[in-house]
Amino acid sequence: MRVIFAEKIKDIVAELCIQANLYLRKDILRALKSAYQKEDSQRAKDILGAIIKNSEVAEKERLALCQDTGLPVVFLEIGQEIKIKGNLKKAINKGLESGYKKGFLRNSIVNPLKRDLLRFSPGIIHTEIVKGNRFKITILPKGFGCENETQLKMFNPLTDWSQIKRFIVETVRLAGPDACPPYIVGVGIGGTSDYACFLAKKALLKKVVFHPPSFIHYKIHNMKYGIREMEYDLLNAINRLNIGPMGLGGRTTALAVNINIYPTHIAGLPVAVNISCHALRSATKVL
Amino acid sequence: MQRLSTPLTRDKINKLKAGQKVLLSGKIYTARDQAHKRLIEAIKQGRKLPFNLKEALIYYCGPTQTPRGKIIGSCGPTTSLRIDGFTPLLLKAGLLGMIGKGRRSYEIVKLIKKHKAIYFVTYAGCGALLSRYVKKKECLAYSDLGPEAIFKLEVEDFPLFVAIDAEGRSIYKD
Repeated sequence: MRVIFAEKIKDIVAELCIQANLYLRKDILRALKSAYQKEDSQRAKDILGAIIKNSEVAEKERLALCQDTGLPVVFLEIGQEIKIKGNLKKAINKGLESGYKKGFLRNSIVNPLKRDLLRFSPGIIHTEIVKGNRFKITILPKGFGCENETQLKMFNPLTDWSQIKRFIVETVRLAGPDACPPYIVGVGIGGTSDYACFLAKKALLKKVVFHPPSFIHYKIHNMKYGIREMEYDLLNAINRLNIGPMGLGGRTTALAVNINIYPTHIAGLPVAVNISCHALRSATKVL
Repeated sequence: MQRLSTPLTRDKINKLKAGQKVLLSGKIYTARDQAHKRLIEAIKQGRKLPFNLKEALIYYCGPTQTPRGKIIGSCGPTTSLRIDGFTPLLLKAGLLGMIGKGRRSYEIVKLIKKHKAIYFVTYAGCGALLSRYVKKKECLAYSDLGPEAIFKLEVEDFPLFVAIDAEGRSIYKD
C-alpha cells in the first residue's frame, strides 16, 4: 500500500494556490487570444487586450490575476490503494492558509452570518475515491461575482433539450455584465440537486477546447447530439446574446461551455449552471 | 479619449457621456459592502466621514495584500449591484461619483441623474494590470476590515469608461 504523508499535501496545496491565482491557465489564454482576433468592435478588442495584458502583468509582477482570489475549492481524487498518514483535512486547510499568505492573496473568508472573521480557510473540499494508487489534487479559487450567478433547476424528467438549453442560455443572459464576461459556463446534468451543482463546478476544470473548422463542419452535417455538439450549440447560442467582454457588447460572451452528465432518478432531471468569470483559475498536481 | 484629474467638480463630470473612455489622475477612495455599512451609520449619526464626499469618487474595491516592495496588490473593481442599497443615502449626502463593475439598479440610475453624479466602470477581473496605475495607497479608516477598509489611492491615468452619466444615460443596453 502506497503511503502519502499529509504534511506533504500541505506544501503542495500552498504551491497550487499561488500557481492558480498568479498564472492564467494556458487554455484560457489561448481562447482569449483567439476571441481577440474574432472581435471587430474596437471596445471589445480594447477590453480583451486588457485582459490578456493583465495575465502578463500578473505573471511578471507575481500579483494575483484578480483581487478576488476566491473561495478555494479543492477537488481530491484519492486512489483506494493509498494510505494517508496524518490529518488530511487539516493539512489541506493549513496549506490554503500558507499559500494565501505567501502569495499575498486576499483573505475573503468570513462567518456567513456574523461576517466578521477574516481567514484564509477553510476551503470547500470534494473527495472522490477512485481506483489505483494515484492522488490527484486540484485547487479552483472561485471568485464570488460569478459564483453568485449560479442557478439550479429541477426539470420534469421528460423535458426536451430545447427547454434545458433555454434555461442555460437564460442563466447567462441574467448574469449579463455582472460576473465578468467572457464566461466559461459549467453545466451539470443529472444526479441529485447537490450532485448536479458539483458536476457543474467540476466542469470548469475541463480544458477549454478550441473548435477547429473541421469540427464545425462535422457539427453542421451531423445533428446527432453528443456532449461536444451540445456544448458547441450552447456556446453559439450564448455568443449570440451580444453581452460581450465586460458586458459592453461583442461576439465573445463565453469562451466555452463544458457539460458533465451523470445518471439520475426516473422522476427527475436536475440541471445546474455554474458560471466562471474570464479569470478561471485552477491548478492540479498528481502524486 | 479624455484625461481627467481630481479634485473633480460637478461641472467637469457633467460634460462626460456614457460610453466615453476616460483616464483619471488623482485621488479615489476604496469602499466595499462593510465600509459602506459604516459610512451609512456615520451619516445617520451625524459623525464626520473619513473623506469629503462632495468631491469624492468611491472605488468599489478590496485589494489583495500588498506584496513586499509594491505599492498595492491586485486591485480591480467588485460588483456594484451589491452596493446599490447603500448608494441613495451617499448620493443624497453629496457623493460625486462611483467606480465599479456591472449594472446598477433602475433606482440608482434615476438618482445619479437627479443628483448629477456619475458612475464609471473599469476593466473587470484585471486587478494586476490596474495596480500599475496606482502610485500611492494609504489606509484612511476601518483598518480592522482588512481588504474592506477604506484606502485613499493616488492614481495616474487610471482607465475608466463612463457607464452612467449625469443625464442618466447608460453604457448598458437594457
